[in-house]
Parts: sequence; structure tokens; C-alpha cells
Amino acid sequence: MKLSAVQEALPWLLHAAVTTLWISVVAIVFGQILGLLVCLCRVSPNRALARFGALYVSFFRGVPLLVQLLLTYDLLPYIGIDVPPLAAAIGTLSLASGAYSGEIYRGALNAIPRGHVEAAQALGFGPVAIWLRILLPQALRISVPSLVNELILLLKASSLISIVGVTELARTSHTLAAQTYRPFETYVTAALIYLAMNLVLSGLGAAAERRLAAAGH
Amino acid sequence: MSGQPVVEMRGVTKRFGQNEVLRGIDLTVNRSDVVCLIGPSGSGKSTLLRCINFLESYDGGEVRIDGRLIGYRDEATRRPMPGRDLQAMRESIGMVFQQFNLWPHMTALDNVAEALIRVRGLPRATAADRARAMLAREGLTDKEAAYPARLSGGQQQRVAIARSLAMEPKLMLFDEPTSALDPELVGEVLQVMRGLAAEGMTMIVVTHEMGFAARVATRVAFLDQGRIAAEGTPRAVLHDSEEPRVRQFLQTYHERNDF
Repeated sequence: MKLSAVQEALPWLLHAAVTTLWISVVAIVFGQILGLLVCLCRVSPNRALARFGALYVSFFRGVPLLVQLLLTYDLLPYIGIDVPPLAAAIGTLSLASGAYSGEIYRGALNAIPRGHVEAAQALGFGPVAIWLRILLPQALRISVPSLVNELILLLKASSLISIVGVTELARTSHTLAAQTYRPFETYVTAALIYLAMNLVLSGLGAAAERRLAAAGH
Repeated sequence: MSGQPVVEMRGVTKRFGQNEVLRGIDLTVNRSDVVCLIGPSGSGKSTLLRCINFLESYDGGEVRIDGRLIGYRDEATRRPMPGRDLQAMRESIGMVFQQFNLWPHMTALDNVAEALIRVRGLPRATAADRARAMLAREGLTDKEAAYPARLSGGQQQRVAIARSLAMEPKLMLFDEPTSALDPELVGEVLQVMRGLAAEGMTMIVVTHEMGFAARVATRVAFLDQGRIAAEGTPRAVLHDSEEPRVRQFLQTYHERNDF
């Protein structure tokens, strides 16, 4: 281990980590929105919507992310849709994350006793108020541990987008290692950066859980 | 309109798949009546109660609240009533559940104030004032800021009652309100209900508390296999009924409480 090699690689890797981070954050945001929509589809009394939700989940959860990336990036151009690497990366990450998050939300909704909804109905609540005031706040609370897990997986899965040429942390460390002939130092540094980012994520998750616990859960 | 019954059920039927849960229920509840529904489990008591605010849809017959059909536009076509109309009718029918069903992510105060804000459209501060007054009536002022998980079962049920009463209902439905409580907590809830009855609240109570039925009810209806098998004053049903099913039910009840 040569410290000077680490020092040399660090600025590049940190720069690439910023790319990893912002792509992940954008994919997380889109993924959560998609997840919520997918969940609403799946629990909808409308059969077509429920069917669509189920199909969505089985595809994006059943096909490896790498293959989804290649499909988007390499195959879509054949049918005349040109997808820039960044869009392909963010798009596939969000779509996959939407499938997983949607199932997390659905599980959380199922964990809420039916009586909580009935109590609201009996008081004259409409469906929108029931969703906004009774179901979603509780579902979010129940989801926190699984969601943090999902976000960590997403951040790690973002290393796969190196395959379509986005210069994020994994790809940059690979390139650096090849250039400097210092694979050990480079990869260990990259690994530590990933670890640090995920520790921050799980720390935020733990803080969120503590706050909810303080609120009587 | 003082002569009109608060609740009028005529020929109400309900089935879950092959299972006929209600087989023609006729029941009239007048203002300030306290009607206790008793009977073996699975006899349809809870289903009957839940048809009154249409938490459960009924298949045949009609349920009228202050003369107005609930759940359907009219008895002929039986098209479902618009959601808004149903919500408006439910506002004036309070319901208390066996499992309390307080919302665990809200404090006791917020549980009571929530419907005043979302359904009645009261300003937050006004709603909180009214909720505070409702909790004070129940002697729960020191529990305003407590989340349901920190309350005893009896306290939770009293908050749930306050939540319903805050909407100033003209009718209260109780679905086995003390069945989930430890025995030593039953009394405080029954006492609140007795107070309500004394104030003239119209109440329908599904219960296994025969003592409450005997002392507080104006009428008792005994259900068996989806039919009202006996109905009358508490004395007529609980003491003098010749109906064998009633006698058998009460006998097992007495045996259980004999030791």
C-alpha cells in the first residue's frame, strides 16, 4: 500500500463519487415517486391498474439491472430511440427502484389494521383524506427500515451504470487502476468511499427511526 | 320529526359468499333508545351494526337513518349512493370499535381533533379547543399529548368515544366496546356509556356485558343465525323469555360467570 498512490487517486475518486451520489439521489427521488404510483396501482380496485402494477413489478424486479441497462442503452436505438448514457442510467435505476419501493410500500399498507381506515370512514372521512392523513403517514413510518435498505442497494447498484459509460465511482476507479498500475490502493479507496456514503445513509435512516420512535412508535 | 325513528331496518339481508349472515332483520330504534344486541358469536350482531353506517353493505331490504336510505340511491335500482352523500350521513353516526382503532401516529388530542379539521373543516385552533373539552369531559386532560401506545386500553377506548362524540352524532354505535379490555378496565368504559345513555344519546350496543344490558338498555334484541330471535325490554328478554335459544345462550353465559 502506497499512501502517495491513494493521495493521487483521491481527488479523481471523490469527483466521481459526487457523480455516483447525485445520480443515486435523482434515481431515489424518481424511484420513490414511481414506487408510490406502482403501489397505488397494485392496491387499486381497478383490475387493469392492479394488473399493470403487478406486471411492472415482476419485470423490473425479475430482470437483472445490468440487462435492463443494456436493453435501454443498446437495444432502444435499434428501434429509433436514442438514449444518452446518463438518461439510460438514471432511468433504469429509477424504474427498478420503483418496483422494489412499491412492494415495500404495499407491504407497509397491508400492515396497517383495516380498523384504522374504518374508524376514519365512520367519522365521514373521504378517500383522499384517508390516504393523506391515515394511510400514507403510517405506511411511510413502517417502511423506513426497508426503504433505507433499498436506498443502500440502489447506491451500490449505481456502480453498474459504468457499463454504459457514465464516469461514476466504479468506472473511474477502474480507469485509474489501469492507468496507474495501482489497483489495490485505488479499489480500496473506492470501496471506502462507497462505505462512507452508505454509512451516512444508514445513519440518516437510524435517525429517522429514532425520531419516529420518540413519537410513540 | 320527533316521531320518526332514528334507525329503521326492514328485511335486511346480507351474505358473505354462501354464508347468509343476516336473514331479514327488522329493527326500529327511536330517539334516546339504548338497544343492546346480544347473541352467540357468529350470530350476525356486528354485521348488523356495521350495516347501519354502511361499513358493511347489505344485499336486501333497507336501512334508514332519520328516514333516509343509507348506502343506496333508492331501494328500487339499488345503485350505490355517491361517496359524498354517504360521508355526510356517516358524520352524524358515531362508532366505537372493539379494537379502539385510534390512529397510532397521532396524539390523543389529534385523534379527537382530526375529523373536526378534515371533515367539519374547523380551523385548527377551534378543533383543538373542542377536542380538549371532549377529553376533559372524560377526565383525560393529562393524556392530551400521549400517543395511543402509551395509554391503557380503557383510556384508548375513552379517547375513541371522545373522538366520535366530538362530531356531535345523533346516534352512537358500539361494537363490543369492552371485549378487548382487561376486566379491571371494563368499568370505566361502561361508566362513560352509562353517562351517555343518561344524557339521552341514542345508542346501539353489541355487547356481552349482560349486566350493562340489564341495567342500561331500553331494549334488548337477541340474535341467532342472522335473525332477531327475541326482542323486548331487558326484563322480557333476559329474565322472562321462553325462547329456548335465548335460555340456552344465557345459561352458558351464567355458567361461565359462576365460580
